Amino acid sequence: MFAPIEDLYRLAPELVLCTFGILVMLAEPFVPRKRSGLVAFLALLGAGAALAATRLSWAHPGTAFYGLVRVDDFSIFLHFVVGAVAVLVILGSRDYLEREGLHRGEFYALVLFATAGMGVMVSAQELVTAFIGLEISSISSYILASFRRNVPKSNESAMKYFLLGSFATSFFLYGVALVYGATGTTLLSRMDSASGNPTLLRLGLGMIFIGLAFKVASAPFQLWTPDVYEGAPTPVTALLSSGPKAAAFALLLRIFDTVFAASQLWVWAIWVSAALTMFAGNLAALVQSNVKRMLAYSSIAHAGYILVAFAARNEIGTAAVLFYLVAYALMKLGAFTMVTHLGGEGERRLEINDYAGLGSQQPAAAAFLTLYLFSLLGLPVTAGFLGKFYIFNAALKSHLVWLAVLLAINTVISAYYYLRVIVVMYMREPQKEWAATPIPRAVGLVLVLTAAGTLYLGLFPNYLMEFATQSAVLPR
Amino acid sequence: MVPISYYLVLSAILFGLGVVAFIFKRNIITIFMSIELMLNAVNLTFVAFSRALGKLDGQVFVFFVIVVAAAEAAVGLAIILLIARNQQSLNIERVNLLKL
Amino acid sequence: MSLELVLFFVLAAMAIGGAVSLILQRHPIHSALSLIVVMVALAGLYLLLGAEFIAAVQIIVYAGAIMVLFVFVIMLLNAGVEARTNVSRMARYVGLPLGFFLTVELAYWIAGGAGRQAPVSAGPTPTRELARMLFREFVFPFELTSILILIAILGAVVLAKKET
Repeated sequence: MFAPIEDLYRLAPELVLCTFGILVMLAEPFVPRKRSGLVAFLALLGAGAALAATRLSWAHPGTAFYGLVRVDDFSIFLHFVVGAVAVLVILGSRDYLEREGLHRGEFYALVLFATAGMGVMVSAQELVTAFIGLEISSISSYILASFRRNVPKSNESAMKYFLLGSFATSFFLYGVALVYGATGTTLLSRMDSASGNPTLLRLGLGMIFIGLAFKVASAPFQLWTPDVYEGAPTPVTALLSSGPKAAAFALLLRIFDTVFAASQLWVWAIWVSAALTMFAGNLAALVQSNVKRMLAYSSIAHAGYILVAFAARNEIGTAAVLFYLVAYALMKLGAFTMVTHLGGEGERRLEINDYAGLGSQQPAAAAFLTLYLFSLLGLPVTAGFLGKFYIFNAALKSHLVWLAVLLAINTVISAYYYLRVIVVMYMREPQKEWAATPIPRAVGLVLVLTAAGTLYLGLFPNYLMEFATQSAVLPR
Repeated sequence: MVPISYYLVLSAILFGLGVVAFIFKRNIITIFMSIELMLNAVNLTFVAFSRALGKLDGQVFVFFVIVVAAAEAAVGLAIILLIARNQQSLNIERVNLLKL
Repeated sequence: MSLELVLFFVLAAMAIGGAVSLILQRHPIHSALSLIVVMVALAGLYLLLGAEFIAAVQIIVYAGAIMVLFVFVIMLLNAGVEARTNVSRMARYVGLPLGFFLTVELAYWIAGGAGRQAPVSAGPTPTRELARMLFREFVFPFELTSILILIAILGAVVLAKKET
């Protein structure tokens, strides 16, 4: 018995990603060391083909495989996001892997598989399928995080990531079990009509929320983030901070927008979590001296901003979440790629003070980094500004005035540590001599693409915002 | 007849013991075992609910959980091997280059 | 008390005893053996619930494969006894009450929520039906798990392979 061909169209992005993942694995042993670029190119082709496949499956909306997955504007939007993240990460990691002597085809295969897992997460209509998608993306990222095998710090961060990540997924799974017991189904669409047992349902949704809160690194479950982000290879950090986060947020949105009981109950939990997350991220970022750690805390803060839009619980809020996920992915990927390049061999140049004098020595690098930091801070003409504006707007529409005020306060706090890096880059004299390496072409391309995206969304947000608004209408 | 709630309470207790073990144990391998304990508790919940609801899908989910647990075990133990090779210690507190 | 109830309590006591022993034992190999006791007890409970096939899989895959992997790694690394004094203060004073609270809370609400309804149907579940479900309604997640296993193999090779 075969699935109807329509079902396969709806699954096209995942099929393409998995196929190319396997192809990359198969090609690896046959490609000589000197021509390792071929493997990277194959992976890049796969990620690009996944984007094309997403376009193809867009033409076939509807559910597939007995209602377990669903192609709608929402899933398509996020498929584009995670696909683009994969393209940028693969582009940006080749030179890093060569530099560190880690170049192995498995790296790209894992990136592709992880992206397939995220794709399943954003289109799943059923909790166990979503769980398996979550596991595919998580287990791949555990392996990616430990890719620097000989660096004890990296091993350790992978171990922490693995233990806490599996701990969180078992919470998620227990939540799924309780929801199943309460409603008799794990299909999201049927959960409302089922005469569920309210206590069990709430308990289950609470556990699911805890599990996903770990994944998006929101307070009080954010403690693992800085360690993992610091210890992981920087291109992997770029991936972790953008792709899986977007997918986990999408799953949360799906659950909380489709299941009425969820949205009723957890709005306060999200309110508190958003406020805590913003402060936890921003206050801790103030005292960091390591750029990677600082960016890790900043990504916690950004999870908090996204949760503010979440708490708004309306379609404007959902659209704001989607827009922000794109803007956030662009600026975080750009910033981490720049940090990867500047880190130099062995990732030694990571202290903020090491960036002193960068403005005069490597003006291009400094300019790019300044743009990303401005966008992370949310200054006008950048994507970050409009993203924050939409979140602010959504919060006010839902009368979450206090949360909007907290968001504004946090933006002011964050100005200190973002601007500090810029001040160091342009106004301090360098204490140590760093060899200025030229930016490799692929890395340059990533930088140009992310910078152009950041500016484009900052100036002309309408097209993406329309798409986001259209995608924000989730079928109940 | 054993009421279904007995099974559910048992699985809640096992899950809780798993959480306690996760927090308390110092050896990385044992910490990982406590996660397996938690997953086992979830499986019991699935089977019990599947029985109570008179549906089979709960049992199908248990298969998936077991597969996931096996995959996690393979990767987790590989990471533990790496740590043991590079640090000569499996105590979670000695594995502490990164500040918390 | 019916025989079933007696069996349930015996198996439940075994499971809880095993779990407590996992926490109290200080040598990893003893903890692993305790976990195997829990798994065997759970297999017994699955039989009581009429899920024979799951019970068999539990023994074969969990106790037979996953735990063997654990024991193997413990032997390979020659892991010793855990250090005693190293439990940090935070774990002791925050972790224990938290875990205890979580357990009681869960048990209380679940017991209250689920009520005392008895199992709906007695007798074993037909394995044929189970297979039909696995390969029809849930064929998509089933295929996904193959990717998951592929990733696990890939990961084990990437991480544990000796440097060439």
